[in-house]
Amino acid sequence: MSDWVEIGRLSDIPRRGARCVDTPIGRIAVFRTAADEVYAIEDRCPHKGGPLSQGIVHGAQVTCPLHNWVFSLETGLAQGADEGAVRTFPLKRDGERILMDASAILAAASARIAAE
Amino acid sequence: MNNGLTDMTQKLVVVGAGMASGRALEHLFEAAPEAFDVTLFGAEPRGNYNRIMLSPVLAGEKTYGDIVTHDAAWYAANGVTCRFGETVTKIDRKRKVVVSKGGETPYDKLLIATGSAPFIIPVAGKDLPGVMAFRDLDDVNAMVEAARKPGARAVVIGGGLLGLEAAAALRLRGMEVTVLHLMGHLMERQLDPAAGYLLKKELEGRGIKVHVKAQTKAILGEEKVEAVLLEDGTVYPADIVVMAVGIRPETRIAVDAGLHVERGIVVSDQMVTSDPDILAVGECVEHEGVCYGLVAPLYDMARVVAKTLVKEDAAFRPVETATQLKVTGINLYSAGDFADGDDREEIVLRDASAGVYKRLVLKQNRIIGAVMYGETSDGAWFFDMLRKGTDIAEMRETLIFGQAYQGGSPLDPTAAVAALPDDAEICGCNGVCKGKIVSAITSKGLTSLDDVRAHTKASASCGSCTGLVEQVMKLTLGDSYNPAAVQPMCTCTDLGHDDVRRLIKAKALKTIPAVMQELEWKTSCGCAKCRPALNYYLVCDWPDEYADDYQSRFINERVHANIQKDGTYSVVPRMWGGVTNAAELRAIADVVEKFNIPAVKVTGGQRIDMLGVRKEDLPAVWAELGKAGFVSGHAYAKGLRTVKTCVGSDWCRFGTQDSTGLGIRIEKFMWGSWTPAKVKMAVSGCPRNCAEATCKDVGVICVDSGFEIHFAGAAGLDIKGTEKLGLVATEDEALEVIVALTQMYREQARYLERIYKWAKRVGYDEVRRQILDDKDRRKAYFDRFVFSQKFAQVDPWSERVSGKDKHEFKPMASVGFAEAAE
Repeated sequence: MSDWVEIGRLSDIPRRGARCVDTPIGRIAVFRTAADEVYAIEDRCPHKGGPLSQGIVHGAQVTCPLHNWVFSLETGLAQGADEGAVRTFPLKRDGERILMDASAILAAASARIAAE
Repeated sequence: MNNGLTDMTQKLVVVGAGMASGRALEHLFEAAPEAFDVTLFGAEPRGNYNRIMLSPVLAGEKTYGDIVTHDAAWYAANGVTCRFGETVTKIDRKRKVVVSKGGETPYDKLLIATGSAPFIIPVAGKDLPGVMAFRDLDDVNAMVEAARKPGARAVVIGGGLLGLEAAAALRLRGMEVTVLHLMGHLMERQLDPAAGYLLKKELEGRGIKVHVKAQTKAILGEEKVEAVLLEDGTVYPADIVVMAVGIRPETRIAVDAGLHVERGIVVSDQMVTSDPDILAVGECVEHEGVCYGLVAPLYDMARVVAKTLVKEDAAFRPVETATQLKVTGINLYSAGDFADGDDREEIVLRDASAGVYKRLVLKQNRIIGAVMYGETSDGAWFFDMLRKGTDIAEMRETLIFGQAYQGGSPLDPTAAVAALPDDAEICGCNGVCKGKIVSAITSKGLTSLDDVRAHTKASASCGSCTGLVEQVMKLTLGDSYNPAAVQPMCTCTDLGHDDVRRLIKAKALKTIPAVMQELEWKTSCGCAKCRPALNYYLVCDWPDEYADDYQSRFINERVHANIQKDGTYSVVPRMWGGVTNAAELRAIADVVEKFNIPAVKVTGGQRIDMLGVRKEDLPAVWAELGKAGFVSGHAYAKGLRTVKTCVGSDWCRFGTQDSTGLGIRIEKFMWGSWTPAKVKMAVSGCPRNCAEATCKDVGVICVDSGFEIHFAGAAGLDIKGTEKLGLVATEDEALEVIVALTQMYREQARYLERIYKWAKRVGYDEVRRQILDDKDRRKAYFDRFVFSQKFAQVDPWSERVSGKDKHEFKPMASVGFAEAAE
């Protein structure tokens, strides 16, 4: 069961920029591309933990501010020669509103608790 | 009245006499001319006309008569009872009647086609006479009337389809027109930034002023509109203000009647509302969460509603729509989805000289989006393949060239240079234009770069224009000349940094989209390599005109602090010349305690670094530091960092000059300036050199006779002692030389190239010649630096304490905590 909650409006995020959402599983970075697409990924680079929300956004990709790894916002996969991936989270747009599926966060949170 | 009426004939009441209901009635009378006894209500005191052709009427290219679709005769011939100028105020669903001024009218079936109303932004002055929408013929007549006054001024709020059509038309009528647009580029729903740039350029060429990122604060005026005031303080005088910011579905009577209404009146695929006897069509409806404003889907709805009325099966399905701007002479086309995506590829074609931009977005070998500007003749062809989902794998290589094109030669990399006019300056050092190089080559039969340098002096000084000179040679000499390969800036372009810098100046390119279009970038949005470089070049070259693009800056420069390995930040306030006092030290101690800052460290640049500050705390930390008089130290910037000093003649028994004072003077003069890479300076009071000035980007060694200026040192990845630039007698001269040298470096170096690398590339003697020997040139460099400082010397910390870029420092939301606690 999905549980869509509003996290903000499109205009809250600068074009080619990102904002963060706090969750029990850590920060999630919500990106807005030049073409007004929105994507959510884990705000943590698998390389050295860099906050991806702080990177430069180009097309539907972001470059990590620490060591320039590039990730696809859509698939979460590292691009080019680097190997790795970040978790992606579904978002929904309803006009200006951006919604995140809280159940996906909860599922990830309980999976983590179970693992610990 | 219709002949042959029987008791079986049902009564159909239609509310709204616009394009959708007009088309629906046409379909209905074709299918079953006798089925209904129709009564048509329309708020406007006239029949049905083609509303999308109002722009040409406003422009004077068509008349009202040309755009009438259904006149009184047509309604009479089809037996429609017309009640024009009469507004329906109520629907009584129980008794199945509608109420208007003329009384009650019963219905068996009711069709709501009330369309939409213009959205009026809720600012002070919105109700003043002279503020109008652009929606119906009355609006058009009012605008035409206003345009009769010589020198009349119009402000159009909204740079979308409708607003731009109005603006272009009013301009044709001789008005002075300003377009205000909230977003960063025009028609952002239909166009990407590159096409938006071309459109803006075209409109400006027609004498229309375009102000983007314009937030309207108020409409000013006593008895009628007089001006528009923006949030940024700009005031545009206006005789009329046209609001064209959008439309909202007109749903009032449906809401009052208790029908299901969201944004629009909710309808099924058959165009039936929540009441089975009430149907709705046009801009007032919402279908599967979407409201439509373009004519093609409205006509589809009209077809469906007519079939539903005569009890035939039909279903409305959402369709892709294409947009074209109806302004004579502007060719612009957009369709589908042109967002970037990982599973998507794009094909971009730019022709700078012809002002053409075409972009196709592909997904699994199918076109899913198309944006075109300048050359749109293939729009219909692309759109057709988009709708059909045609597999384009076979014609992929030539697809972008259009339907007529097969085979053909590859794109010409010299096109950007070919498009330059003869008087475009190629060599900035020696003031040589393109035409002079071409004529030297042809008249003197030159064949090598050295020949061209010898005869024209182009590329003979700093050499940064070499790539361009070689392209001019290639254009003039043809294939017989093969220029040396240039390292491109990044994979988005074939041009090198030097070429890009020269072309930004030569073609007066003042925005990133402008650079990308005119220099034929191969991507639509650049990458993390080229965007920061372009942003710097534009900041440097057009300090007063360019709007700094923060999203093209590295995070440190965007939030004015240094990101650390754990995602926290370090904060370094300026300590002029490395001098501090008890009050400043106390303020730093208080901030460290108040915000639990985990580490404090004295830097190599004679100041204090607070490490481990959380991003959310940055504005509060800056506010506290600001109270003690601190400003940003720019320890994060490709810009002026520190000016190290020794204590000099004030205290030191060996000191020859006031080195501390000079260091502080330089730092106060130059702080805030952006440079290609970081710039560190030092001033030592005697040749013992305690400030270590001889391994800095720029250093001063004070001696009895004056000041030795050094430059191009390095003490990082490379270690290199400075080169001596020369000796000057006074502090004033020292400052002028240092500033001029820095400006020369700012104007010529490649992004991220430190002074020592740049100076080696252009030659130390060349730097000496321009900065020490040529006093006029030195003064010109100095003046340009001073001019740019007017815009750069703003403390970024206090700006952010006052609320700028608030969004950078706060999470947008929290999700999942309450539930997780359970």
